[in-house]
This record gives sequence, structure tokens and C-alpha cells, in this order.
Amino acid sequence: MIETDILIIGAGPCGLFTVFEAGLLKLRCHLVDALPQPGGQLTEIYPKKPIYDIPGFPEVLAGDLIEHLMKQAEPFKPGFTLGERAEKLEKTEDGKFLLTTSRGTVHKAPVVAIAGGLGCFEPRKPPIANISDFEDKGIEYIVRDPNFYKGKRVVISGGGDSALDWTNYLANGVAAEVSLVHRSKSFRGHPDSVQKVLDMAAAGKIKLYTDAEVTGVGGNGVLKDITLQHTDASTTNIATDHWLPLFGLSPKLGPLAEWGLNIDKNSIEVNTFDYSTNVDGVYAIGDINTYPGKLKLILCGFHEATLMVQSAFKRIYPDKNYVLKYTTVNGVTGF
Amino acid sequence: MDNIVKITVIDRQGTPHELEAPTDMNMNMMELCKSYELPVEGTCGGMAMCASCHLYVVSEHPILERNDDEEAMLDQAFFVKPNSRLGCQIPITNDLDGLRVQLAEVGQ
Repeated sequence: MIETDILIIGAGPCGLFTVFEAGLLKLRCHLVDALPQPGGQLTEIYPKKPIYDIPGFPEVLAGDLIEHLMKQAEPFKPGFTLGERAEKLEKTEDGKFLLTTSRGTVHKAPVVAIAGGLGCFEPRKPPIANISDFEDKGIEYIVRDPNFYKGKRVVISGGGDSALDWTNYLANGVAAEVSLVHRSKSFRGHPDSVQKVLDMAAAGKIKLYTDAEVTGVGGNGVLKDITLQHTDASTTNIATDHWLPLFGLSPKLGPLAEWGLNIDKNSIEVNTFDYSTNVDGVYAIGDINTYPGKLKLILCGFHEATLMVQSAFKRIYPDKNYVLKYTTVNGVTGF
Repeated sequence: MDNIVKITVIDRQGTPHELEAPTDMNMNMMELCKSYELPVEGTCGGMAMCASCHLYVVSEHPILERNDDEEAMLDQAFFVKPNSRLGCQIPITNDLDGLRVQLAEVGQ
């Protein structure tokens, strides 16, 4: 079990800056994030986009900002549980919290700070009514182990890099049969991968269906076939063992919606005095919270994180007095 | 009125909303919908990276063509039609007076 002072859910800019501010108060932090790397949407969605409204940085790339924040947090030795989604939050008898992730990692802390941004990134699921009947029974949104498809018939949907790359990979000696379905004629992936796929289609190594979409799935307990609808409204049935809809990721609030927090329009309601939620000991900062006048800006999240750790300190050490110290006077003393 | 155009947004229930849109505020269709509290999330903030502002252009208006980012995003979206656009990629300009759009369904 991982124990810490402040358990931060979400390793985006706000969560990372919390480590620094908490460290100044001698509080240790551990971060949990569903993504495999820190940075949240800044590294996952727009690492190369410039940000212009970080005070003191006329212009900074999102990815660089995360690097700076990691460096700033480094003296305080934050722990990370990455690639695991925060699943279950329970209160213990001694007034602490137990957080369990999707992979069963258990964390314990007296304070939980939710800095979850837009939520967790989850695969986009095609709007097919009975799709959930076949999830993990032939339909997978993520390729976890390519050897799983050895000797199988596989249909892949999507026009981006992951659809193209997996088509290339699985069609070369792994799957018995690979079909790629894409809504338009043009592909937006890396030109190299696009060419490879087109070459394989021309050579009959894969079946390529463009101007088509998978609109139906069928089977009996496990996936047996899919239905393609072509732009001209005609349909084709394809017998298959697997269908991989690869349409990228989109953020979802996810399991924390079930933690008894007051939620308004996908955001957690907080008290602006200290960004506490309705659950004593649980705070919410950054894009995931809401209050009158809320602005979803990184710089506002930094402010929220700073005030939040003061309140967390008082909760953890109710009898200790604390005076705000300035880093310019005292420097930064790490752990 | 100067610098104001009228734009009709049909919501997902089919109800039309006639909006007054300023052309001098550097706004786009996603932001316009949000400012009227229509059910458009604009999750990514307008970077053509989430498709939560996916809409159909119903009227014939000269709108800037889709750029690469928008095309790439629409490739990953659902309920896409030939007249699909991302609201965040449509800047509100004077020649959009009378524009009619319909909000697209949102997937799971």
C-alpha cells in the first residue's frame, strides 16, 4: 500500500503544482493518473501548442510547461501511479482515505485532492446500441497484446495513426485476416503508414473498405460478424472474430462521479474558501471543479492548489501553527 | 445593428434558437452556443480536438473550408455527414447572417 499526505488524482499542471506548494509545507504527495505519462491534456492532447497566459511566460509550449512543473516539483519527490484509473474511494476508521485503482493498487492518505481536469481519457465508442454486449468478447478499443490476435480474423475501424499502425502490424504474420474500414477515402495518418496500407490493399494482403462505416455488430455471446454501411447506403456483412474501433480518446468524468461528491454539469462543486468538496478531506482543484465565477484556466488552478494545501495542512496537523513563508527568503528545501 | 448577425441553432430536440451573434468579438460558433448556454461542451476549448461542438450546416453560406485539424477530428467523430463541421472552426463573420446550423448528436 502506498501512503502519503496528499493523494492527488490527476497529474496535469494543477496536480503537479500542488506537489510544490504542499512540499513547502512539508507535506508529501503522490499522484494517480489514468494516462501513462504526467501532464494530463497538455501532454496527451496538445504538447506542441503554445500557451500565452501563464504569468511570467509570454509564450510556453504545453509540453515544456509540464517539464518545468516536473522540475519544480522534483525536490519534493512526488510518487506516481500512472496508467491506472482512480476507481474506488473509501473512508477508513481513522479518518483517512483508501483509493484503489483500476489495476488494484491501493493508496492511503488523510487528504485527497482531485485535480482530474476533464476526467479520464477513454476510448471513443461508436454509437451502436448493442456494442457493449461484445466488449472484450470480440470488440476491443485498445490493443493490449497484439499476439491475442494471432490467427484471428480482425476488422479495424478508423483513419488515424493507430488504425493504420495496427493494420500494418497485424497484417504481417499475426492475424489470419485483416480488414480496414474507414469513413472517407483519405487517411490522415503518417504518410508512410498510409502508403503501406494502400500497398497491402493493392496486393490483396488486407481488405480495405473506404467510404464505409461499421453500423451493426452481431453474435451469440461473442462477436461473429459486423455490418458495414457504405456511403451509397448499401451494406456488407463481414464474418470476423474481432473488431477494433480505433477512434481516439475522449475525456469522461468516470468513476469519481460515484464518490458521493456534489456534481454540477460534470464538475465538482467546491467552497472557494479552500476548494473543499462536500466530502470532508476531499478537495477539488483546476478544471474539474466549479464555483460561481469559475474560469477554467491553468493559472486559476495554480491559485486553487496553493490555497487548498493550506487547508490540507490544517486538517492533517490541527494543532500546528503555520506562518506563510516566502521562497525568496527561505529557499526551497526538498525532502 | 452593426456588428451583429442573426444565426439559428437547432438543438438536438429539433427546437430552433435564434441567436444574435457579434462579429467583432473574435467568436466562433462553439463559443456562441456556449454563451447562450446551448448544450455544447467545447471540451478542448476550441482546438478542433474533441468534436463536442460537432454541428451540421443546414443553410447555404460561404464558410471557410475545413482545415486539416478539423478533417482529422471529424475522421474520429461519429454521426458525420457531408455538411458536418466543428463549431469551433467557424469564425462568426458578417457574411454568416441568416446561417442555420443543427447540433449533431453526441456519442457515448
